[in-house]
Amino acid sequence: MRRLMIMTTAMAGLATMAAAQEITVMSFGGAYGASQMEAYYKPYMAETGVKVVSVDADNPAIPIKAQVEAGNVTVDVVDLEPSDVVRLCDEGALEVLPIDELPDGADGTPAREDFVDGTLYDCAVGTIVYSTLIAYRTDRMGGLDSTADFFDLAKIPGKRGMRKSAKFALELALMADGVAPADVYAVLATPAGVDRAFAMLDRIKSEVIWWEAGAQAPQLLADGEVVMTTGYNGRFFDAMVSEGQPFAYYWPNQILDFNLFAIPKGAPHAEEAWKFIQYATDTKHLALQATYISYGPARRSSAAMVGLYKDGKTEIGPYLPTYPANMENSLTTSIEFWADHDIELSQRFNTWLAN
Amino acid sequence: MTGANPGPAAITVDGVPLRVALARAGRRGRLRAFLLVAPLLAFILVSFVVPIGQMLFRSVHNPAFAANMPRITAWFAATRPGTGPDEAAFAALAADLAEAARARTIGVVGTRVNYEMAGTRSLFTATGRKAAGLAPPYAESLPAADRAWADPALWGAMRIASRALGPEFYLAAVDRTRAEDGSIVPVPPDRRIHLALFARTFALSLAITLICLVLGFPVAHLLATLPLRRSNLLMILVLLPFWTSLLVRTTAWIAILQGQGVVNSALVGLGILAEDGRLEMMYNRTGTIVAMLHILLPFVILPLYSVMRSINPSYARAARSLGATSWTTFRRIYLPQTLPGMGAGALLVFILAVGYYITPALVGGASGQLISNMIAFHMQNSLNWSLAAALATLLLVAVLLLYWLYDRLVGIDKMKLG
Repeated sequence: MRRLMIMTTAMAGLATMAAAQEITVMSFGGAYGASQMEAYYKPYMAETGVKVVSVDADNPAIPIKAQVEAGNVTVDVVDLEPSDVVRLCDEGALEVLPIDELPDGADGTPAREDFVDGTLYDCAVGTIVYSTLIAYRTDRMGGLDSTADFFDLAKIPGKRGMRKSAKFALELALMADGVAPADVYAVLATPAGVDRAFAMLDRIKSEVIWWEAGAQAPQLLADGEVVMTTGYNGRFFDAMVSEGQPFAYYWPNQILDFNLFAIPKGAPHAEEAWKFIQYATDTKHLALQATYISYGPARRSSAAMVGLYKDGKTEIGPYLPTYPANMENSLTTSIEFWADHDIELSQRFNTWLAN
Repeated sequence: MTGANPGPAAITVDGVPLRVALARAGRRGRLRAFLLVAPLLAFILVSFVVPIGQMLFRSVHNPAFAANMPRITAWFAATRPGTGPDEAAFAALAADLAEAARARTIGVVGTRVNYEMAGTRSLFTATGRKAAGLAPPYAESLPAADRAWADPALWGAMRIASRALGPEFYLAAVDRTRAEDGSIVPVPPDRRIHLALFARTFALSLAITLICLVLGFPVAHLLATLPLRRSNLLMILVLLPFWTSLLVRTTAWIAILQGQGVVNSALVGLGILAEDGRLEMMYNRTGTIVAMLHILLPFVILPLYSVMRSINPSYARAARSLGATSWTTFRRIYLPQTLPGMGAGALLVFILAVGYYITPALVGGASGQLISNMIAFHMQNSLNWSLAAALATLLLVAVLLLYWLYDRLVGIDKMKLG
C-alpha cells in the first residue's frame, strides 16, 4: 500500500512536470495556422523541448470568452483580432502583459518603437499586419494616380468592387477626398465628415459591386466583373503569384489591420505562454512567417530579414503591407473609433445602400 | 339484471382487483412511453428551447450597466426621469467608474451606453482610467476630465441603460428611440433601416413563394403522371441540385448570370446584346430571386408531387364524362385536391425564404439585402446580441402570425407533406 502511494505520488509529480512542458495555442487554422506552425511552433519545440499544441477555431475570441466565463481555461496563448483584444481586455478576460519585457529588435530598436503603431496593447502583442487596399487589372486600366481616381467614373469608367461595410469604405472615401490619413478618424467623428464620406460614395454608387467574403474580391477581378476592387492583400497575392492573374496593387492609402497573441485570464501555463510569445514575436520569427504567407511582420526590424516566398523565386518583401515604400500614406484602423461608432455608421451605411 | 348490478369486483388471479391492475398496467405503459421519448425531450429542451429562450430573453434584459455600476443605478432608481445630476450623482458615478475600471468591466458598461448614444464607449474607458485620481467636488472634476459628462443627453442615455429590463432594443428594432424627455420618436431618416428591410424581406419571400408555386406545379404534375420509371429519372434531376451544397449552387449562379458570365457572353456573341449593353442579373434583387428560387424549388415540388400521386384519376374522368371542359375539370376537380400539397410547399418555401441569409449576402448586392443579413451583422460583427435577439423575435412573431392566418384561411390540418 505504502509503495503504491509512493509510486502514484511520483507519477503524479512526473505528470505535472510533463504538463508544464506543453502549451496550447488557439488560432484560426487554415493556411494561416499552417504558417504559424512553420514559423513559430516548430522552431520553438525544437529549441526548448516544450510541446506546442495547436487548436483551431473560426474566431478564437468566442471560445476564449466562454472558457473564461466558465472558469475552465484550457488555452495558454490565443490569436485575436484587435477589436476582440480591446473588448476582452476591457472585460478582464485577458492577462495584462509586461510589454517592456519584449526583446529589442535585431537592429537594437527598443520593442515599443520597433512594433508598428497599434500592434501593442496592454493585453496583446501583434504578430502580423495585413491590409485592405485597392487592386486593379493591368489589362483593363493603366493604374491610379491617386485614390480619388477610384471615385472618378469619368476618368476610369467601369464597375468597382468594395467591401459591403461602413468600415474601410468611409475611410477610403475620406482619403480620396483629400483628408490626410492622420486626420481621417477625427474628421469621421464629426457629422460633417460622415456626410462628406457618403457624398464621395454617392459618386460611384451606381457602379459598385459589393462583396462580403474575402475570396470574392479577387474572384470579381479575375472574372472581369470589375476593373478594380478593394480587398485583403493576401488574397490578391495568391491570385497574382500562384495563378499569374494580371493584377496590380495600389498601395497608397492602404488600411492596416492586425492579428495579435494574448494570454487568457487563468491560463494553465501563463508563464510558459509569455515565454512563447516573446520568442514568437522577436524579429527573426515574425520575418520567418512571411515566407509562408504574404502577411507583413508586426516589427519594423523584420522587414530586412524577409526572404523568398515558399515557391523559391518570388521576393516577398515588396508584396508586404509593411514594406517601407508601401507604408507611405497608409492608415491604421482605429479600434477605439469603431468600438464607439460601428452601430451608428453601419446603420447609416445600410440605409444608404438600401435606398 | 346482472349487467346493471355492480356485483362483486372482478379479481385477477393474484388477488388484485382488476380495476387497480389495469390502472397500474396503464401507468406502467405511459411511463415506458415517456421514458422512450425522454431522451429526445431532454435533447430538445437542452439544445433548442433553453438556448433560444435565453437568446430571446436577452432582447428585453441587458444588465451590463446595472450590474457593474451599482451606486449610480441606485441614484437613477431613486430619482424621477429628467432629474438633473447633483453632487451625489456625480460622486456615485465617479466611484462606480473607478471601481469598474479596476474590475475591468468598464468596457461592458461603455458598450451598453454606446447602444443608446453613439460615441460614448471610449468616454467610459478613458475616464475610467483617470477616475480613481479625481477629487471632490465631482460635479466639477468629472466634467473637467471630459466635457461630455455634463451633457444631459448622456445622463438620459445612462438612465435608460441603468434599467436592466426594458423595451429599448425593440424600439431600436423598429427604428424608434427615446427623446430626452423619454417620449418615443423615430430615429433620423438616414438611419431608418429595419422596418424597410422587414417589408422587403416579406415582399421578396412572398414573390419567391408565388413563383415557386407557378414553376413547381407543372413539374410536379409531370412527375406524378409519367410512368414510374421515367418519372424516377426526372425526379433525380429535381433531387440532384437539392443534394448539392448551397454555396456551390449560389456560386454557379454567379458564374452563369454575372456581367461577364455565360448568359451575357452568349447573348453578346450571338449579336443580340451590344458589348456595353450587358444585362445586370447578378448582385441585385434579380440575382437574389433567381438563386433563391432554384434553391427552394424542390421544397414545393416534393410535397406537391406526393399529393398529386395520390389523386385518383377517375375523378377527373368522371367530370369529363359529365360534360365539364378540361379547364373546369382542372379548376373544380384537380386543383382543389392539390391544395394540401400547395399549402405545405408554400408554407415551407415562405418560412425558409424569410430566414435566408447566405444567398442574399453573396448575390444580393445592395438592393438584395434582407433582415436576416442584419441579424447576422449584429450577431457576428457589432456583437449587439440584444438587438439581434429583438430583430429575431420580431421575425419569429411575424412568421407565427402568418402561420395563424394560414390556419384560419386554409386550415393547418389540410396540409400534407407527403
